[in-house]
Amino acid sequence: MDNEVAVATGDAMEHVEYVESDANPSGDTVGNVKSDDAFISAEDVNVYYGDNHAIKNVTLEIGRQQVIALIGPSGCGKSTFLRCLNRMNDSIDSARVTGRITLDGEDIYAKNLDPVLLRARVGIVFQKPNPFPKTIYENVAYGPRIHGLAANRSELDQIVHTSLERAGLLKEVKDRLDEPGTSLSGGQQQRLCIARTIAVNPEVILMDEPCSALDPIATAKIEDLIDELSENYAIIIVTHSMQQAARVSQRVAYFHLGKLIEVDETSRIFTNPQHKLTEDYITGRIG
Amino acid sequence: MNRDTSISTRDKVAAGLRKRHRSELTFRAFGFIATAIGILFLAVFFWSLIAQGYTAFSQTYLTLDIEFSEEALAPGGQLDLEYADFDGVVRQSLRQLLPDATDRRARREMNRLVSIGAGYQVRDAIRDDESLLGTTQTMRVPAASTVDMVMKGNIDRTLPEEQRTASDRQLAWIDQLAEQGRLEMGFNTALFTNGDSREPELAGIRGAVMGSLYMLIVAIAVSFPVGTAAAIYLEEFAPKNRWSDLIEVNINNLAAVPSIVFGLLGLAVFINWIGIPRSSPLVGGFVLSLLTLPVIIIASRAAIKAVPPSIREAALGLGASKMQVVGHHVLPLALPGMLTGAIIGMSRALGESAPLLMIGMVAFIVDVPAGFTDPATALPVQVYLWADSPERAFAERTSAAIIVLLAFLLVMNLTAVILRKRVERQW
Ligand SMILES: Nc1ncnc2c1ncn2[C@@H]1O[C@H](COP(=O)(O)OP(=O)(O)OP(=O)(O)O)[C@@H](O)[C@H]1O
Ligand SMILES: [Mg+2]
Repeated sequence: MDNEVAVATGDAMEHVEYVESDANPSGDTVGNVKSDDAFISAEDVNVYYGDNHAIKNVTLEIGRQQVIALIGPSGCGKSTFLRCLNRMNDSIDSARVTGRITLDGEDIYAKNLDPVLLRARVGIVFQKPNPFPKTIYENVAYGPRIHGLAANRSELDQIVHTSLERAGLLKEVKDRLDEPGTSLSGGQQQRLCIARTIAVNPEVILMDEPCSALDPIATAKIEDLIDELSENYAIIIVTHSMQQAARVSQRVAYFHLGKLIEVDETSRIFTNPQHKLTEDYITGRIG
Repeated sequence: MNRDTSISTRDKVAAGLRKRHRSELTFRAFGFIATAIGILFLAVFFWSLIAQGYTAFSQTYLTLDIEFSEEALAPGGQLDLEYADFDGVVRQSLRQLLPDATDRRARREMNRLVSIGAGYQVRDAIRDDESLLGTTQTMRVPAASTVDMVMKGNIDRTLPEEQRTASDRQLAWIDQLAEQGRLEMGFNTALFTNGDSREPELAGIRGAVMGSLYMLIVAIAVSFPVGTAAAIYLEEFAPKNRWSDLIEVNINNLAAVPSIVFGLLGLAVFINWIGIPRSSPLVGGFVLSLLTLPVIIIASRAAIKAVPPSIREAALGLGASKMQVVGHHVLPLALPGMLTGAIIGMSRALGESAPLLMIGMVAFIVDVPAGFTDPATALPVQVYLWADSPERAFAERTSAAIIVLLAFLLVMNLTAVILRKRVERQW
């Protein structure tokens, strides 16, 4: 149906060719969507923004201590899928999510599930840095404070310091914790947002291109952090950098026009992609 | 498109630059002229207002040696504050200064030189200190408005006598008193301490100022919490559907409803149905809050809308509840805008007179209201009432009342600006 529409409008011809000539007509994902020790599991997820079908029948499992990278051309729905996992799409009026997503066996779209609790367990770092117009300290302390994670001020100080340290920002800001978070540079703001997210100590961290504004040194720090965090947490990271995906992730999921085309172990995806679209993308022919 | 590649971007831009500069210059000239016209109108307005009104802030006083004689004030040996002839005492002392008034007509004309406020002043003096009885005191009492007008040069002496409010004899006496140093100009305290009066020299705006103040207190106490709560609900919690669109349109329309309609509504609902005392600042404040509510709601919604969605997302993503997002992030950022809305609303409320006419606040009220349920009037209504009076002395008081109204507004806006700066600096 979508293909017909695309053909009719004409301007999506190129994509339609891909879908029709090479892709699996049934829409199934190639590779292995299953994971050992699955912590998050999405089944047949569809997302619509009004009439725009942004995510199409995505099924994917993510392991408990796994880093999975979502890759794909711009506009293919990576952010949209990521935002499904902690129900951030709830606040978009036009967005509609169908299918089933479970966290540790629990349906996160169940009526009786409180998104507040879900989001405390599944933290997110957004694509664009969005610090609060409050002090650096307050930015990091906000999450622990609303969830009551610190018993007293010194515990809170401790959380703020370790979070900033882990995000690789402490050295730069430790003398100016009282300055507004918005006065930091773009890359520093992004690291502040990462610190803010890990301060809540979530079980899953969703990262939407966390390094797109960072220099190689800060990027390396964040990648180290991801390695470290993955000992305890599941991390889902959207990235446009193949190198980064190769460095940090155990698995890679390739999205194309809202479909999950291929998922597999990172080494396999980069050495031996099964699907032509995946191959084209990672060799630089699409994107 | 047919693109001439021989002409580079540089040449094309250079060719268009003059046109761009010209249009910018035109616009700037236009803007400058518009601003200048605005300032000119404002200057003319203030100049004429102050030129007309500044004289009302001074008043002619008469210095009299008043004999608190026992036979005049306490004929039976007993001082009777109700019925003692205080005016007589005042007249007596005036007669001593101007002994040439012998016949009744002349005396009556002479009596009109001193304000009836003088009698009250004598009464108050003896009430406060009974030991004055039997002594003679030098007192400074208000002169009648006729004297005041003559002293301020507002009465044309060259006119024939019957076209003047002051007779030839009165003019002569005034000159005589002035020569004796009995007349002097002083600050018009009555203007700020008294309520309304039929006598211009005793009329003051305190009643109207207090009435306006009480009304504004009621109006802000009702409309700010209700308006901001409605705005927050509509923006943050209400589902967006046909109903919310309908409400939005209605609120916008409400802001444009002629204010007198709100007065009628207030009369029907607050006075006739609920039974709040008419003419009271309480009912006035309620009516004014109806008027300011839409303004506050619209401004607050705009302020809430202006909070970047990324801030909300950031808080939601950390697990803040809807209420926490609003309380911790949206409100602090929207508050300055909300305050601006409240001030625009209050300024409008302060300047309204039409709806107040409908709820009986146009009555002639002498007493300064002491509470929210006392009969009162408001500054703009006072302006209207005085502007309606024929006496020249009321004309200058009208301008003075407008000046006070503007000063009130200025103080209110300044407070708001300071408050806003405080809120903005918060983080
Ligand atoms: N809030 C929204 N309202 C309507 N449509 C949206 C919204 N957000 C995303 N979309 C649409 O959904 C599709 C997927 O967008 P998404 O942001 O998920 O892409 P992405 O893969 O993250 O791209 P990028 O790599 O550029 O960030 C796009 O067609 C986009 O136009
Ligand atoms: Mg994205």
